[in-house]
Parts: sequence; structure tokens; C-alpha cells
Amino acid sequence: MKRKGMNRRQFLHTSGLAAAGVAAVASGAVLIAPDGAWALQLHALDEHAARTLLVMSRRLYPHDTLGDMYYAKVVEDLDGGAKDDKDLAALLRDGVDTLDKAVGITWLDLSEGNQLKVLTGIENTPFFQKVRGQTVVSLYNNPLVWRHFGYEGPSYQFGGYINRGFNDLAWLPEPPETASPKAG
Amino acid sequence: MAKIDLSDSSAVVVIGSGAGGGTLANELCQKGIKVVLLEAGKRESPETFVNDEWAAFGQLSWLDKRTTSGTWRVAKDFPGLPAWICKTVGGTTVHWAGASLRLQAHEFRTRSIYGDIAGANLLDWPLTLEELEPYYDKAENKMGTTRTHGIPGLPGNNNFKVMYAGAKRLGYKNVHTGRMSINSRQRAGRDACWQIGFCFQGCKSGAKWSTLYTEIPQAEATGKLDLRTRAHVLQIQTDANGKVSGVLYADKDGNRHVQKARIVCVAGNSIETPRLLLNSANAQFPDGLANSSGQVGRNYMRHTTGSVYATFRQPVNMYRGTTMAGIITDESGNDPKRGFVGGYEMETLSLGVPFMAAFLDPGAWGREFAAAMDMYDHMAGMWIVGEDMPQESNRITLHPSEKDQYGLPIPNVHFDDHPNDVAMRNHAYKQGSAVYEAVGALRTFEVPPYPSTHNLGTCRMSKRPQDGVCNKFGQTHDIDNLFISDGSQFTTGGAENPTLTIVTLAIRQADYIADQMSKGNI
Ligand SMILES: Cc1cc2nc3c(=O)[nH]c(=O)nc-3n(C[C@H](O)[C@H](O)[C@H](O)COP(=O)(O)OP(=O)(O)OC[C@H]3O[C@@H](n4cnc5c(N)ncnc54)[C@H](O)[C@@H]3O)c2cc1C
Ligand code: SF4
Repeated sequence: MKRKGMNRRQFLHTSGLAAAGVAAVASGAVLIAPDGAWALQLHALDEHAARTLLVMSRRLYPHDTLGDMYYAKVVEDLDGGAKDDKDLAALLRDGVDTLDKAVGITWLDLSEGNQLKVLTGIENTPFFQKVRGQTVVSLYNNPLVWRHFGYEGPSYQFGGYINRGFNDLAWLPEPPETASPKAG
Repeated sequence: MAKIDLSDSSAVVVIGSGAGGGTLANELCQKGIKVVLLEAGKRESPETFVNDEWAAFGQLSWLDKRTTSGTWRVAKDFPGLPAWICKTVGGTTVHWAGASLRLQAHEFRTRSIYGDIAGANLLDWPLTLEELEPYYDKAENKMGTTRTHGIPGLPGNNNFKVMYAGAKRLGYKNVHTGRMSINSRQRAGRDACWQIGFCFQGCKSGAKWSTLYTEIPQAEATGKLDLRTRAHVLQIQTDANGKVSGVLYADKDGNRHVQKARIVCVAGNSIETPRLLLNSANAQFPDGLANSSGQVGRNYMRHTTGSVYATFRQPVNMYRGTTMAGIITDESGNDPKRGFVGGYEMETLSLGVPFMAAFLDPGAWGREFAAAMDMYDHMAGMWIVGEDMPQESNRITLHPSEKDQYGLPIPNVHFDDHPNDVAMRNHAYKQGSAVYEAVGALRTFEVPPYPSTHNLGTCRMSKRPQDGVCNKFGQTHDIDNLFISDGSQFTTGGAENPTLTIVTLAIRQADYIADQMSKGNI
């Protein structure tokens, strides 16, 4: 996983993810990044389920240059939801079980191609839809992910885009002023 | 602000503070008429708005339970969210993008001009463009619509530049930054647009017209307005003479009150308005209020919509600046040679990354989708808005078993596309894609309709009482002192974004109500 100093610190600060070691003192399972860069304290999920969901969310919306920590946010939000929602906890637990039993090999041990085949086979289940829906929100609604997409997000605090490139596109001809008057 | 007693039966009660209700309340107050304005939502302000799509959605949207049915794709993608509208003071004028177009003359006479279209319940408006023109003029002046009253257009942003270049290469003639109720210059005590880019999330500069910070404070300043927020109307009550006598509402703590009224005007947007009339059924009006025609809740229209996005080799950054200041009007006329009646507009549109992920292809996943998202900053986008056919079976009904937080039946929204809608959308997807291909699009995306932002027609105006719910002033055919004051009145939808017309009708309705009151007719 790519380390981006500032990103990571901000991220650890703003989410439930804590630096490895710190979280380990709390009770319950912990999901630790393979390189030890971050750890996620779990409340409802076990470590295997958490790791499975993390990889699943990456398979659903694969952005190869985005580090695992951004996908861990999905797991964090699912786990957070399942903490106070027994039905959701069961849905996730059973869903991971279904993945593992689909072809008789633990899903995480499958090749990416076979993982995708299994996912395609369960596309219409509530488990799949829950994880997919959560991934759309938790992955793409993370301000730290926005810069990957070149989206600058909130602009009010900078006075909008009026002096920050709202019309800086230069690879096409300028429209005439009748169609697009100058800013007043 | 006025304090009007619950038992005071001399006031006009307006339900809903959006485009229709907020405007009507102010217009009545300006004439010295006392108004109780009941609004289910809270009062926010430019200070409390947030530049964050999901957070703003949670802050402003109408999220009470609703169900969907029918073959429209929204029923599959967003089964519990048929419409994307607001529950807040100012209603959906807090969310809206500001595009403000007049209906065209022929769009008031669709039954006569389009003819008998199978499956469509077309009807001519009991009104003409000519009759409305002076009121359109007042509305545009009130709202500060650009390209009217000498107000310059907005400056085009990057998204507009792509639309403009593509449209011109394709041979389209009428392409500009639109008629927008967003200040291009300081006006009416409000700032000019800062190109913030979060028009849908509440305008933090106040440049965009919203009843929240124009009509409502103006009405408050008259001392005639009693605005009650978090006041959810449950039922409209009638008296022994078959007149409306007041409304039952729940306050923020769930306590119920009856506010007496001389006149009741309903402006809850086109799902809640018919729902309220249906939920108000009583022994005298067993099918719901003002429903002798059986048309309450029917002919629900949502415009034939869709979006086209395209990716390019070079960056666009479409999210910078005004969301919808860009239009191609060339396809908006009625030219049946294209294979459908009615027309459509193409308007710039952009979404931020969070909403783009949710709406680009709802339900899609995998590498192809992710690759499209990776091109986000190289994307341009447009929205298609066209006339859809009114159909009797597209309708708001009361759910047979599911209840809301007050124990009242929730609404079900049923919608099937008419073949004319499908043919129009198909044409628009092709033309929209062609606009972008003309300037080198790498890939184009035909994006399905979002939950309805334009909701129309469910209590339509008609000349004859058996064809609709209200007359050309929004007064219901069955009950003299009950008015429909929002987009539910639309007989047909036209190709244009509806709010300017909603405001126009509200201004005209206020004149009529004042006149009828002074004559003692109501
Ligand atoms: C994202 C978005 C962009 C849009 N852009 C444009 C645009 O560019 N141009 C355009 O013309 N239109 C646009 N629209 C549509 C426009 O916002 C609506 O057409 C317009 O606001 C509808 O006015 P209305 O008075 O019918 O209802 P609303 O403005 O929705 O107001 C209804 C109000 O009634 C309240 N209410 C409902 N039921 C009750 C009850 N029982 N008791 C008390 N209060 C109740 C609601 O809380 C709400 O505040 C847009 C809409 C959206 C969502
Ligand atoms: S772009 Fe202009 S209208 Fe839209 S939110 Fe910003 S300031 Fe308001």
C-alpha cells in the first residue's frame, strides 16, 4: 500500500482507524494492515469477516492506486452499523460464510477472477447489495479519496470557484460573450 | 411576525413553503391578508447549508417513507425514494438549480396540437401563454432571472464550454448560459454568484433565488405572516356546508392542533398534495377532497429525463461553478418527424464524486464502472428535460397497509414510461452523445433518470370539472375555498423546468384570492 504521510495522519485522526498498537488495547478483534500501517478496531465483525469485506469492497470498485485504508473505511462503517444492529451483523456474517462456501475454497484464497465469479453469482442477494451500497457511500464520500479523482469538494470557504478556475478550460474555443457573458 | 390564534377563522392557511406556497404566502401578505404558513420542515439558512452532497441530502430532503411501483427504473434503483425533494423552509427551492424557462405557447394546447395520443390523457390547459405573460414577467423580476429585465447571463463554466463547442459543431443554434434565477450581478440585496458549485445543496452565497431568504422574510416583514415550522399537516377538515374549515397538524413534539381557516391552499409538492387530499376523506367526501372527478393523484408527471456524461482526453472539472447554467434549446419545439410529440431541453449538469458514484449507473460495479469514475475530472455532463405524457394510471395512491410516523397511509408512486417518453429519451441520448462526440468524447454514458426532481400534474387544472381537480386559478372545482398552489396544478408538463411557472401561477392565484375575498365570494 502506498503511504501518503499527510493523508494517512489526517485519516487516522478523522476516523475510527488508529495507528497499530494503539487500538490493540481495546477489546474485540482488530484488523491490521499487512504492512502494519494502520489498524481497525472491530466491534461486531471478526477479523476474517473484516478482511473478506475489505477485499470484497475493492473487487466491487477497484481503484488500483488507492490504498487499502480507503477500503477499510467501508469495513469500519459496516462494522459500526452492525454494532447496534443484530440483523445487519447476521447478514454480514452469513454473507461471508456464503462466499467461503460458494466453491468450497475460502473466498479470500481464490484468484481475483474466481472471486469475481462468486460475487457475480450472489449479485442479487441482500448481503451483496448491502456491501455494494455501503461501498458506494463509504468509499466515494471520503474527502481523502476525492483528490484521487481530482474532485476539490467544498469551495465555499475559499470563496467558490469564481477566482479558482471555474472557466479555465483552454482546449476548446472560448464561447462568445452573447452566449457566455463575463462575470460581473 | 404575526401570531394568529388557532381559532381565528379569518386567515388563509398555506401548506408548504416552497416555490408555490412560499410565493403565495408572501403575495397575500403584501396585500394585507393574514396567512398561517405551515411547513413540515425545519428552518435552515445559508449559514447552516453544507457543501457536502450526502450531508446536505440528510439535512434537507423529504425522507418520510414512500413506496414505488411500475416499470420506471427509479422503482428498481431507488424503491423508497421516488422523488428527490425537500422538507425544509423554502421547500425544494433550497435544492433547485435555478433554471427558469417559460412554457411555450403550444404547450398549453397539447390535446389540440398533438392530437389523440393512445394511452395519454392529454388535455389543453384552461389558460393560454398570453394570459400568463404579465405574470411570467412579474415572476422573472421577483426571481431575478438572467436574460430577462436587462439582467445579464451568468458566465459559462468549464462544463458549459464543452457543451457550447459540441453543440455548435453539431449545428445547434440556440446555446447559452440559460435563464437562471441566480444573480449574475448583485440584486435585491443578494450577492452575485460565487461559482461555488453546490447549487443543489443550498446556495451559501444567497445568489440563487429561494423562498427561504426572499419571499418568506419579505412576508414576515409585513407583520401578516405566522410561519410555523415543523408543523406537519395531517388532514384538511370540512364543515357541514362542504367548505374547508381548517387543518389538523402535528407540531414538532407530535402534539396535534386544529388551525381554523377561511381558505386553505395546498402546496406540498405533487406527491404530498394529492396524498393530503386523499387522506382527508370524510363522510361527505368519501373519495378524498376535491375528487369528484376521480383525478386526484392521477396524471403524475416527472418529465422525460436522463443525463449524458462524457469523458475527454483533457480535464474539464465540470463541478466548478454553477450546476445548470448552460442550455441548448434547439430540440424543445414540437416536431413529430423525430418520432415523438413534444420536445426537450439539454442543460448542463454536474454531480460531485459522491453523487456521481450513486447515480452514474445505479447498481453497477466492477472495473468498468471504476474506470469511468477514474475519469471524473475529465467528464462533462448534461441533463435532459422533456415533456412526458400524462397517463391516468401514473398516480399517487394511499398505501393499503403501510403507515407513516403519524399513523397515516404513506403514498405509493406508480409510473410507467409512455412509448412517447421512451422515443424522446432515446432521441435525446443520441443527440446529447453527439454533442460530446463532436468535441472528441472518449466515451459517453447514458445515465438513467434520478429520483424525480420535477413532480407535476396530480391535481390538474381543467376547464370542465370532470376532467381535472381545479380551475385556471387553482381553485378546486368542488370546494370554493380550497386551492391547489403548486406544480400539482399543471395540466401538462411542457419541456421546461417547472418552477418559474409554479411561481407565476402563485402570483396570479394571490390576485384572484384577494379579489374573491374582497367580493365576499370566499
Ligand atoms: C436537485 C433539484 C434541482 C432542481 N432544479 C430545478 C431547476 O433548475 N429549475 C426548476 O424549474 N426546477 C428545479 N427543480 C424543481 C423545483 O425545486 C420544484 O419544481 C419546486 O420547488 C416545486 O415547488 P412546490 O411548491 O410544488 O414544492 P416544494 O418546493 O417542494 O415545497 C413543498 C413544501 O411543502 C412541505 N410540505 C409537504 N407536505 C406537507 C404537509 N403535509 N404539511 C406541511 N408541509 C408540507 C414540504 O416540506 C416542502 O417544504 C429542482 C429540484 C431538485 C430536487
Ligand atoms: S454556483 Fe452560484 S448559485 Fe450555485 S450555489 Fe454557488 S453561488 Fe449559489
